[in-house]
Amino acid sequence: MDIRKLKKHFPIVGGVLRRPVGAVKAVDGVSLVIKRGQWLGLVGESGCGKTTLAKTAVRLLKPTSGHIYFDVPDEVKAEIEELESLGRNNSKLKSLLKENDLATFSGSRVRLFRRNAQLVHQDPFTSLDPRAKIKNIVGEPLRIHRILSGQALETAVEELLHTVGVSTGQLNRYPHQFSGGQRQRIAIARALAMKPEFIAFDEPTSALDVSVQAQILNLLKELKSEFGLTYLYITHELLIAESVCDYIAVMYLGKVVEMAKPEEIFHTPRHPYSQSLIAATPVPDPERRVGRIVLPGEVPSPANPPPGCTFHPRCSRASQECRELEPPLELISENHYVACFHPL
Amino acid sequence: MKDLIRIKDLSVRFHTYEGIVHAIDDLELDIRQGETLGIVGETGSGKTMTALTILRLIPYPGKIESGSIIFLDTDRRREFDLLKLSEDKMRAIRGNKISMVFQEPGAALNPVYTIGDQISEVYLLHRRNELGHRAKQRVDNLLSDGGGPVASVKRPFWRWQRRLYNKISQESNPFEPRFLSHLPLFRRLLWRLKNEANLLAVDMLKDVEIPDAARVAIHYPHELSGGMKQRAVIAMALACSPDLLIADEPTTSLDVTIQAQMLELFRRIKTDRGASVLFITHNLGVASEVCDRVSVMYAGRNCEVASVKELFLHPSHPYTKALFDAVPMPGKELQTIPGELADPLNPPPGCRFHPRCPNAMPVCQQEKPKLKEISKDHMVTCHLF
Amino acid sequence: MTDWKFTVRQIAKNPLSVVGIIILMFFVVIAIFAPLIAPTPEGHLNPYMIPREGYSATPQPPSEEHIFGTTEGEYDIFYGVIWGTRSAFQVGLVVIGIVVTIGIILGSLAGYFGGVIDEVIMRITDIFLAFPALILAMAIVAVIGPSLRSVMIALTIVSWPSYARLIRGDILQVREEDYIEASRGIGASSGRIIIRHVLPNAIYPTLIMASLDIGAIVLSAAALSFLGLGAPEGYADWGQLTSFARNWIVGPYQNPLKYWYAVTIPGLFILFFVLGWNLLGDAFRDIFDPKLARR
Repeated sequence: MDIRKLKKHFPIVGGVLRRPVGAVKAVDGVSLVIKRGQWLGLVGESGCGKTTLAKTAVRLLKPTSGHIYFDVPDEVKAEIEELESLGRNNSKLKSLLKENDLATFSGSRVRLFRRNAQLVHQDPFTSLDPRAKIKNIVGEPLRIHRILSGQALETAVEELLHTVGVSTGQLNRYPHQFSGGQRQRIAIARALAMKPEFIAFDEPTSALDVSVQAQILNLLKELKSEFGLTYLYITHELLIAESVCDYIAVMYLGKVVEMAKPEEIFHTPRHPYSQSLIAATPVPDPERRVGRIVLPGEVPSPANPPPGCTFHPRCSRASQECRELEPPLELISENHYVACFHPL
Repeated sequence: MKDLIRIKDLSVRFHTYEGIVHAIDDLELDIRQGETLGIVGETGSGKTMTALTILRLIPYPGKIESGSIIFLDTDRRREFDLLKLSEDKMRAIRGNKISMVFQEPGAALNPVYTIGDQISEVYLLHRRNELGHRAKQRVDNLLSDGGGPVASVKRPFWRWQRRLYNKISQESNPFEPRFLSHLPLFRRLLWRLKNEANLLAVDMLKDVEIPDAARVAIHYPHELSGGMKQRAVIAMALACSPDLLIADEPTTSLDVTIQAQMLELFRRIKTDRGASVLFITHNLGVASEVCDRVSVMYAGRNCEVASVKELFLHPSHPYTKALFDAVPMPGKELQTIPGELADPLNPPPGCRFHPRCPNAMPVCQQEKPKLKEISKDHMVTCHLF
Repeated sequence: MTDWKFTVRQIAKNPLSVVGIIILMFFVVIAIFAPLIAPTPEGHLNPYMIPREGYSATPQPPSEEHIFGTTEGEYDIFYGVIWGTRSAFQVGLVVIGIVVTIGIILGSLAGYFGGVIDEVIMRITDIFLAFPALILAMAIVAVIGPSLRSVMIALTIVSWPSYARLIRGDILQVREEDYIEASRGIGASSGRIIIRHVLPNAIYPTLIMASLDIGAIVLSAAALSFLGLGAPEGYADWGQLTSFARNWIVGPYQNPLKYWYAVTIPGLFILFFVLGWNLLGDAFRDIFDPKLARR
């Protein structure tokens, strides 16, 4: 998945005539690449846009601008970029975009794409239809896309549930008869039904207990290696991301501020926000105290982001440059990107 | 020093349609004066229920089946069993000697009253004497100063107010002010009480490090962010300098950076006020930050309780050990605990954890283990010891 | 514990709902067995027209032949109320059935798609809701010409806007739920989502209101009949019977309650019918709300 300069703004309507008076800039220019088979962790606090980014990437939301390329060869992407930089909005460019850019897809093309990419929601208590049997919940994708039906469908559903660790013979039960962990497994089974290549997870364990969380994470590891999946994993807990992900991207207020391997983010964070995030994360180790780098203030509203670098009001290293210009995301060392004028 | 709270043999059961839910099962736990005790547990461990039981706020159809909670009233140097108190006496304790902070700050605040009003409410309920006293002093100042333009007309009213406030400051439930407060126009005579309460509320807000407290006090809850709301709730809880503050997952719904600020605040509460804090959480990391001692609960029982250092260095109960293994840490293999959380309707016989325990012995299935001390101040409920 | 057991226990908790169900079963039995309870006399063509043995204008008190007496025009009251049960059910169920269907269709379109469709449909409902219901119904019946069918048409036209609004409101709420987004995520079409996921979750308040409303519809139909705008003269309809009793509500000076049976008996049937449906609606509310809360 190759996301380029993705923006998703939600218009705020006001007044009697309901005219757009502003926008919530949930995702404001994000570019990131997820390689096949990678487990990318997207970390950030509430309001940073990570959920919006994931939902836009799998086209549950329509992007405001930017490109989303899914499994598109490099040459095609290069050609598109070239045509764009030349500034000519000709038919060749349009047709290339229509073919390859997820952001332009609509209707049946999007529906076809759904077979390749799925999203697992955060709250297993609301992501399953309370009035549907789990047999129908998990089997629905197969039924919609007419992949299977009848007995074959039921067998497939049983198998899927077995794969995720839900014991057999429960097909005719309703979601409320299962525990939180089991419901999340059912949601994962539904996501796997169409054998997608890419699954986005929106904080799948934040509503679950620690022991259940461990089970789900191990399940995700198994599934990934068994089916060769690619994951986009959103979480607000840095510890989880560092424990299971191959690569981590840290987001703040609609932008990616740092991207690196987990060990590097943990031991040598280069962006001040990442550093304070790590310092603020409690660790079960009585020797280690949460650092004195306690960030002052609150997260600004994404409807009204500060100018320049969005982090500057809370940053101890902010300079005049930070107040005026937006720092680009740049390569600072091997496979380590930072968006900061004064990286650590 | 005597323990502030001693819970012994506590059992709370819910009689529901589906059967009897054992929310708390033979719980034994102590909270010492001035300490921050953490309760760590997962869903169904009974941690929230313990907090509610101390305050006797158990929802229907729960019933306290047995046990005692001995509370030490430091002011009067008396001990009494909270479970045997009448509702009136219990109400005098809630918010006053023992107060609670809940998980969702948004849900704990009434959306139609300002923050200042809600904190004042605590003072108006429990500290009427002091408010009366302060109000009386202000009126005294007015009377001695001479008082401005229309003073001669206002004086009789001031004298009337002074008498009222004097009564309030001295008696516990004086008749005249109570009677007047029910009459529409005369209620205004008591406005100073509310005023004093509001001033105290603003002081309290400053205490919990809310910037620009006077302005925040006239805001409504929906105008504040999560972190500020939680601080406001903590202000409400600390208003009457309680002996025990119960915090039920106060930081779970907050962002990590805001949580760090909150934990600082809790640490400060401990050192500044000397109150005991019962800090309930499911996050071991948070517990290690803020607590002196930690108790691990499972299926309504207290599995292990020890000082933070001791617990994290030498976890002894198999569940505690498994819990530590299940916490994701960078570079560590995630160990899962086999099986599912104990079904509260049908808990396993004997030790509740035995079906999932790697060290289970035959006796674990038959007998419930008792709390034993295995080393200095380190107690475990397990047959292994 | 199965869902059914829970439902039965919920109903049993509230004895009034049990009463409501019993009342309604009573009426259902009467309606089904009407030909047996009050047989149509020989040679009488339309069983819904009440048989009359004479043309006497004064109501006759209950006697052996006429168990409930006769009303003005010597129509047998007993026959009238028994067969009137059938027409009451007819009116109630047909009107509510059509109204709920229209309401669901328009409400779903408005609620799920929003935007222009929503605005248009809502303005249309506004237009209908601007008229006082009973007056509009009377006007419609007056235009079409009085008959039971025109009463049904009029009541349908007058009642559908409230249902469309109600369903739209519930759909707006359900639409935002995660599982609806998840269904979109697996590629379901809007139609499928609405029918399979949104409606089953949003329909309960509507069902409750519908059951409460059947009683209200029958009451309105009776009112229209009482005013002479309903069923034709002599039709077995409770409202019709009360209409006949219009002049005999208060009897002569010495005995004002002389003709009580003419208005009271049809009135009691109406009362208990509406009461039964109201209690049933309450029972539904008790079943559905706590169940939703339990989950």
